[in-house]
Formats: sequence, C-alpha cells, structure tokens
Amino acid sequence: MPKKSKRKKKRKKKKTKRHSQQKFSFTDMNADQLLNNSSSSSSTDRRLRILAKHLQSTSSSAMESNTVVSASPTSAAGSSVFAHIVQAPEDPILGVTVAYNKDPSPVKLNLGVGAYRTEEGKPLVLNVVRQAEQLLVNDSSRVKEYLPIVGLADFNKLSAKLILGADSPAVQDNRVTTVQCLSGTGSLRVGAEFLARHYHERTIYIPVPTWGNHPKVFTLAGLAVKSYRYYDPTTRGLNFQGLLEDLQSAPSGAIVLLHACAHNPTGVDPTPQQWEQIRQLMRSKALLPFFDSAYQGFASGSLDADAQSVRMFVADGGECLVAQSYAKNMGLYGERVGALSIVCRAADVASRVESQLKLVIRPMYSNPPIHGASIVATILKDRNMFHEWTLELKAMADRIISMRQQLFDALRARGTPGDWSHIIKQIGMFTFTGLNSEQVTFMRKEYHIYMTSDGRISMAGLSSRTVPHLTDAIHAAVTKVA
Amino acid sequence: MAFRRIILGQVGRVGERSMSSWWRNVQPAAKDPILGVTEAFLADPSPDKVNVGVGAYRDDNGKPVVLECVREAERRIAGNLSMEYLPMGGSAKMVEETLRLAYGENSDLIKDKRIAAIQSLSGTGACRIFAEFQRRFCPDSQIYIPVPTWANHHNIWRDAHVPQRTFHYYHPESRGLDFASMMDDIKSAPNGSFFLLHACAHNPTGVDPSEEQWREISYQFKVKGHFPFFDMAYQGFASGDPERDAKSIRIFLEDGHLIGCAQSYAKNMGLYGQRVGCLSVVCEDEKQAVAVKSQLQQLARPMYSNPPTHGALIVSTVLGDPNLKKLWLKEVKGMADRIIGARIALRQNLEKLGSSLSWKHITNQIGMFCYSGLTPEQVDRLTNEFHIYMTRNGRISMAGVTTGNVGYLANAIHEVSKSA
Repeated sequence: MPKKSKRKKKRKKKKTKRHSQQKFSFTDMNADQLLNNSSSSSSTDRRLRILAKHLQSTSSSAMESNTVVSASPTSAAGSSVFAHIVQAPEDPILGVTVAYNKDPSPVKLNLGVGAYRTEEGKPLVLNVVRQAEQLLVNDSSRVKEYLPIVGLADFNKLSAKLILGADSPAVQDNRVTTVQCLSGTGSLRVGAEFLARHYHERTIYIPVPTWGNHPKVFTLAGLAVKSYRYYDPTTRGLNFQGLLEDLQSAPSGAIVLLHACAHNPTGVDPTPQQWEQIRQLMRSKALLPFFDSAYQGFASGSLDADAQSVRMFVADGGECLVAQSYAKNMGLYGERVGALSIVCRAADVASRVESQLKLVIRPMYSNPPIHGASIVATILKDRNMFHEWTLELKAMADRIISMRQQLFDALRARGTPGDWSHIIKQIGMFTFTGLNSEQVTFMRKEYHIYMTSDGRISMAGLSSRTVPHLTDAIHAAVTKVA
Repeated sequence: MAFRRIILGQVGRVGERSMSSWWRNVQPAAKDPILGVTEAFLADPSPDKVNVGVGAYRDDNGKPVVLECVREAERRIAGNLSMEYLPMGGSAKMVEETLRLAYGENSDLIKDKRIAAIQSLSGTGACRIFAEFQRRFCPDSQIYIPVPTWANHHNIWRDAHVPQRTFHYYHPESRGLDFASMMDDIKSAPNGSFFLLHACAHNPTGVDPSEEQWREISYQFKVKGHFPFFDMAYQGFASGDPERDAKSIRIFLEDGHLIGCAQSYAKNMGLYGQRVGCLSVVCEDEKQAVAVKSQLQQLARPMYSNPPTHGALIVSTVLGDPNLKKLWLKEVKGMADRIIGARIALRQNLEKLGSSLSWKHITNQIGMFCYSGLTPEQVDRLTNEFHIYMTRNGRISMAGVTTGNVGYLANAIHEVSKSA
C-alpha cells in the first residue's frame, strides 16, 4: 500500500453559478403547481424540487452551498491499478519531430515526418482547400450532425472513383463498398479488423521495410504479420526475385500489403511490368491484395499514373482492399480524411460487406469526422476546383523531384563517396539514403539534422537553401562514421 | 511450373478457382438499433412523422442547431491555420480546457499534473481507448456495465476483448433507480472490479442517483477498491449547469478515487460530427500520469495515428475566450431548459388526456432521454400507426419533442398505452 501522497485536500465550498433565466415555449402549468401536488418526501420529489429550482429564479441552491464534504478515512482508494505501467518509448517517426522541436539550434532541419513543406520550409494549405473551407463556412445551412457510420456518401463515391478510375467497371457495377475512415491509418485498421473477423486467412504479408506503424495496426486488428523481401540494400532498389519467391511460398489466400506507389520508406516502386508479374502471381495463388495508397498524385504528379497498380488488379475482375489517404495529396493531415474501399465480385456481396464494416466502426468511434471529408467532396465534385487541385498537386510533386535532383547533384559535386543515384531513382516523399543508425545519430548530434533511424529522409522537408547543409552532413557522416 | 502456366495461359482474368467471392459467407449485419431508427424515419414520407430516436438536439422547430459560439469560433478558425498533424495525444490546449470542465477550474489534480489525458474521437473513442488500455494493462479484469445502458457500450468493451458483467440499475416498476440492488451488486463484485458509471443523465433511462446515493456508491467503491470509469456525455446538458452535472465525479474525487473519464462535446457543444472528446485517467503522481499517457497514445497510434484537428480547434477557441465561453454556457443552459420544458409539457399532456398510468417519471428523469416504459410492441404501434420513431426499448429523445408535436406525441402514446 503506497503511503498517502503529499497532496492536501482542500475542500472548497461549492459556489452556485447563477445563469440568466431562460424563457420556455411550453406555457401551461408551471413547475410550482406540479410540485404542490406531490406530498411524500422522496428522491422523486427531491428531483422535482431540483427541477423547480431550476425553473424559478432562486437564491443559491441549498443543496450545494452548505454541503461539507468529508473524505472517509479508508483504505482501498489511493493506489492506482495502473501503478505498474512503464512509460512507452516515443513513436519512432513522430518522436523525431518531438526531438526536433526541443533542439535550439538555428540550423536544425526536420527531415522526419512526411509532411510537405514549401521552399520556405513552411507547411502548406492548398489554395483549393482554403476555397473549399470558405464555401463550407459561408454555407449557413450546414449543420454538424453525425455522419452515417460509413461517412459522407458523396465523399465515398468520389474517393472510389479517384483511385479506381471514373470509368471503372467495378464502380459502375456497384461492386465496391467504400467507407470513410480516419486517413490511411484508420482505413488500414478498419480493413484489417474486417479481415480478421471475416476472412479465412489471418496472416498478412508486409514488405521489408515498411511504414513503422503497419505491423502495429495489423497486429492490434488481430492479424498475424509475416514479411516478404522488398528492398535490396546493395542496389538500393527492388529485390524483385526475393519478392516473387516469398509471395510464391506464402499460403494460398494470404493477405498481401502493397504500397500503391511511392513506397514508404524506400521510395522504390516496381515497374509496370513488374507489377503485372506480381499481379499474375498473386492471382494464381489467390493472395488477397491490400493496397495502401497514401501518395496518389504526389509521387509522379499524375493521379492516374499513381493509381495504375491498383487499377491493374481491379481490371482483372478480382477482389482487393484499398486504403486511401488525403493527408499528403490534399494537405489535410490533421483532419484525418481517408477511405477504405473493398472491391468485391458482386454488388450484393459489397452491400453485405458494408454492413459488417459498420459493426467494426461503430464500437471504435461511431462515425467519422465531418470536416475534412466535406472539404474533399467539395473539391472533387467541382470541375474547376478539381483541376486546380491537380495543378497544386503537380507543383508539390515537382518541387520534390527537383529537390532530389539538387541533392544528387550536390553530393556528386562534393565528391561524396558512394553511388547516390538512388536519390533520383526513388520516388515520392522519401529517400532511403542508405545511412546507418550511427551515421543518423552523428548527423543529428553534429549537424542538427533529424530523420528516422533507418536513414529515411523526407524530401519534402528540404529546400534549395538547406540542400548544402544536408550535403555537408551526409558527406561528413559517410567519411567519418562507419 | 505454375509460373509458366500463368504466363502462357489466361492473361488478365483471374483463375477459375477463385471465381466466387471471398466474402460469399459474409452475413448481412443487423442494423444499428439506434442509428437505424433515423434511417427509417428519413425514409418515411408521412407529413406527421416524428423522430424521437437518436439523441441529437433539435430546437423547437425540430431543426438541428449550430451554437452561435461555435459559428463564431469557426469564422475565426477558417482559412488561417495549417492542417498539420496533431500530436498523438491531440490538442494540448483543448485537453487542458476539457479537464477543467470535468475536474474543476481549480483542481489540484490538474495543478499537480496527475491526470493522464488524450484527445479522443468523442465519447465512443474515449471509451474504446480506455477499454483497450484496460485489456492491455489489467488483462484479468472485467467491466461491470449498468442495465440498461447505451447499446454501444457492450460493443466497445467486447471489441476490446474485455469480459463484461452487468449490475442492476434501472427499476422498471418505479421507472427509477434500483438503488438497493445496485448496491448489492457493487458489494458482491470481486474487490477491485472495473465499473462503468454514467456521470449524469443516464442513457437511455434518464435516471440518475441522487447526491446522497452517489456518496454511498463512492464509499462502497472505496471499501471494495473498485475502479470507477465515468462516461460523461451530457455535462451541462442535464441540469443546464456543467458544474452541477459533474457532481458525481467531484464526489468520487473528493473521496480520493483514481477515476477514469470519457468526455464528449457531441451534445453539449453540438459538435456531433466533429468527433471531439477526451479520455482521462487520474494517477498517483505526475510520473505515473506521463507513463499512462504514453501508453494511451500507443493505443491511438495503430487506430488512427492522431485525432482530427478541426473540432478540437473549435473547442479550444470557444473555451479559451471568456466571452465565447460565457456564450456557450448560456446556450447549453438554453438547450437543457428547452428539454426540461418539453418533459413538463409531455407529462401534462398525458395527464390531461386522462391516462390512468403514472407519467411522473417523465419529469423525474433527466437529460436528453426519457425511458417511457413503453413495450417494444407499443413502440412498433407508434411507428406503424403514428409514424413516431424511437428505439424499441421505449427510449424517447426529448430533444425531438417540440411545442408543435407534443400534443400529437402524447395522444399517440396514450392510444397505445391505455389498454396496458
């Protein structure tokens, strides 16, 4: 039994707040008359008295002001049932920003979390998003009621079209069920929970490496997590042979997580030909594809090009899951907007699947947040706004591609040992530098450069101004640290 | 080899073996009992239809309401800030303001940093993260849930794989609290059991313990070393006074309990669709609070990474500005008062119709819901004959009652119940 802590109990007399009297629309008998009809003293009447006091203008309620509270001198309360809990380690990705924020150095550089930054190093709210928000704010007819469990209907339809293509037969045949979820994470989690309950195979294969949160999402959802080879450190490219072998030896029906484009953290994507081979292999073994699409439009600058892998699988008539996020491509990070689509063989199947997805969602958060989805729907359904979005998206993608080129050129000009061509071969927000954790630590300590310990840098965090500093740091790390 | 077969054989179409869906065995799920009511209501073409189903506030014209303080906050927020990720624990500012509401403006627990708290996805999300936390760190524990309760409570703890037990709460005969049986259950539960308590405005019954009863419950909890988890979804909405509505919690805190608490802004700030709430756990000291908070975040990360920013921004804008906060308190009281007025009117109407049954419970009960005592069959008649929609447990959302429909509603209830 822990000793009583030093906290003193200051018992304050409760002051009753007086609020202005409110007029009602119900005007018949008032509460007084109601009360006078009751005779016995009971909790019932006490309740009525409370109500009555509430309706009349009163001086301070006798109930509260004179109550003296004494704590019973007892044993059981005082020690926590959670006393054994130890502090959890910082999230490896989000913890980088925490550490960055604490650093006082004026030259510090945050290349940790994958959030887009402008050339000036500032976060960016897209113009088209601002426009959409203004429209929403000015629309006084809008209310903030609960969305349905599956989210905003418009948003769902438009999201499915965005990833699958406007003319996708799966969409036209009503074979797709789409539910709004909390960004990519939420979509993955809801999809995984559904699979754990309703799918006959409870193992998911994830690439090595992958986004740090993937294994936790799937494990907590009730799936067993295995891996397949993906990244080849020697080439800093795709270990295609290893990938095929590992998928070939997976049990029939196993779930396979695929990054739709701009693989996180490596930036290494299969070519279209390689995707086709992967598709054929997976279909031959009835492996179930679960796509994580977090960067559509952000990788190449083209929404359609970045969706090719997903569309290839859907085109063969088979089933798959797709988790979509609007965090990066619409800059809606904190609004938590995303969608889970399950492509089924038949419309009635899709409808039953939707009903089961609702059972996963309801006990998790009841229904999804309205604001971000409303912004997305506003943009996607308006031709002009949609077009403007594609331009802003391409500008972001182009800036990142240009950063890649600048960093590559700078390292080459510097004569930094090693082949740095992977910087321009990899795609999307991240570069897997190939730096080891000692080098990463060195760069943080000596150069105040922050990245995840696997050597992943977010190109979005770089600018022309900061490329030289990063180049210096990489050069030093590679030449001084093993 | 399989590969050759594939490359040479069918190009583009999936193999014969998997022509049928993987989901063919998926059964259609039952409709959510609460949210399904509104769906049915919306589909009804009758001009007389009344929705007293889901607990979302309506004004006297039956319209949903966006509070003025919220509109003003949104005007201030729109178009300026970035939409960066919040930390996993959410908006610190919003959490701080929210703790003050539940624990008191001058709470020592807040000053001493003894409360582990994270922004949550409204009340549901707060309960779910707590249930997962309970499962992970007290894996042998169960949760005691009152009978009846909000239906989703059972789903939440079940999906978190925490075994459930129930305790007596509602007394159908008196349509009040079954205090004696409740206390028996508290006493006979194994020491150190986890209990789910509705802080105020019990959903669905509207029946709350009195202050004296809360004190007895708190005392017995101390004797037994039980863990009290409060679900507070209606602070301010029940009596009109947030301080008063937090009384049960304050009693437990004064008695030294280390409570858990789920708070929601869905109803009291009308932020339903924004999904804003807070989960808090009172700890022995600051160090423990830091540890517990870090573990709560570990549960949020694989569920949704970090919570949505917009609703939190509205809350912290409103509560952080003294004028907006005053306006909010006034508006909350207005909503609560309208509901109290609706209760009085419904009861009066039924009594005037000459109903032989007692309808005192309509005004005895508090908060958004009235547990009418109607049977499922009577509810079905209300729906089929009168186009009145409520959940089949006879729960009436008083927020759906207006001066315009109270007479019609009373008449219909009288019709289906007079032969009872």
